[in-house]
Amino acid sequence: MNRFYVVLGALAVALALTLFFLLREGNEGSAAAAAPPPAVVDDGFRGYTLGSEKAPVEVTEYGDFECPACAGFATLQMPTIKEQLITTGKVRWRYRDYPLPMHAYSRLAAHAAQCAGEQGKFWEMHDQLFYNHSWAQTGKDPSYLFRDFARAAGADLSRYDACMKSGRYAARIEFSRQEGEQRLVDGTPTFYINGVKYIGRNNSDAFKAAVDSAIARRK
Amino acid sequence: MRHRQAIALLALVGFFVALYLWLHQIGVGGELKCGTGGCDTVQASRWARFLGIPVATYGLVGYAAILIVALAALRPAALARREPTLMLAALATGGLLFTLYLTYLELFVIHAICRWCVASAVIITSIWIVAAFAAIAVLRGPSSPAPRTDP
Repeated sequence: MNRFYVVLGALAVALALTLFFLLREGNEGSAAAAAPPPAVVDDGFRGYTLGSEKAPVEVTEYGDFECPACAGFATLQMPTIKEQLITTGKVRWRYRDYPLPMHAYSRLAAHAAQCAGEQGKFWEMHDQLFYNHSWAQTGKDPSYLFRDFARAAGADLSRYDACMKSGRYAARIEFSRQEGEQRLVDGTPTFYINGVKYIGRNNSDAFKAAVDSAIARRK
Repeated sequence: MRHRQAIALLALVGFFVALYLWLHQIGVGGELKCGTGGCDTVQASRWARFLGIPVATYGLVGYAAILIVALAALRPAALARREPTLMLAALATGGLLFTLYLTYLELFVIHAICRWCVASAVIITSIWIVAAFAAIAVLRGPSSPAPRTDP
């Protein structure tokens, strides 16, 4: 009888250790995606775009997925901007990552968006991250929530997981951040309209006026 | 006694399998180590919850119940009693039926196989086989012949 309890105890310890390593390995999956890369490489990528390639105006947004102001802009102003400026062919919108150092999960979120992006789901993931922004207020590791968002965005999860584990876009995100730094991005979101830093209000009316003005200047 | 020990050991393994799936479902542990990717398909499906509760929770509670009953049945005072054996058979039958339902969903509705679910199915089936044989033996009465009395 005593031998049985020794076997039971040993089995419990072995199973607990196995579980511990399984969980630790699972959490290490996205560690490479969450940290700045050891080296920055220009892979030629200049951000995902929304709108016509022939649009007369290009707006470049430097954003941070963990930033509340970016989430507010994406959820409150972007729908009108899309309707009035992007779908009408006036504006091509370009999103560039600018993860702020005070945000613990900005890089992870940016990487999650890139991993969805390689499956053609960047903007769907962009919306998931901004429309479900409560992940940014919990302070907890949002890796699991991001997987849910990727799933909701329509991404293939096995490819998404492999992408997050590889951390292959960490260098691209850092390149984008350094590019923003060179362009004197001083907060998020920061916008450039046809390459010129926009200093107006961050609402759809102000953007419409600025875009109309940029179009008028081209004529 | 041996069958109760075997059931306790199997239930312990099953408990950890269910615990791993449950922790994954509540967001601990990140990526599920699966191999085929079928685990995500199964866990992401609407059948990953039963009556609004994650399926792994039922496994966790079920294996814990079997383990507790098996360990309680191994106490010297309970060794000669037949009720624990019948209770283990009843619990294992409930677990097996639920597993059959889940396996049917995996094969014919979700069309994806989760290896951890297969592991759990093998464990509960093994528990059921051991528990069923023990219960049959108990219901048939004492297996040792009655002591002979000389005239």
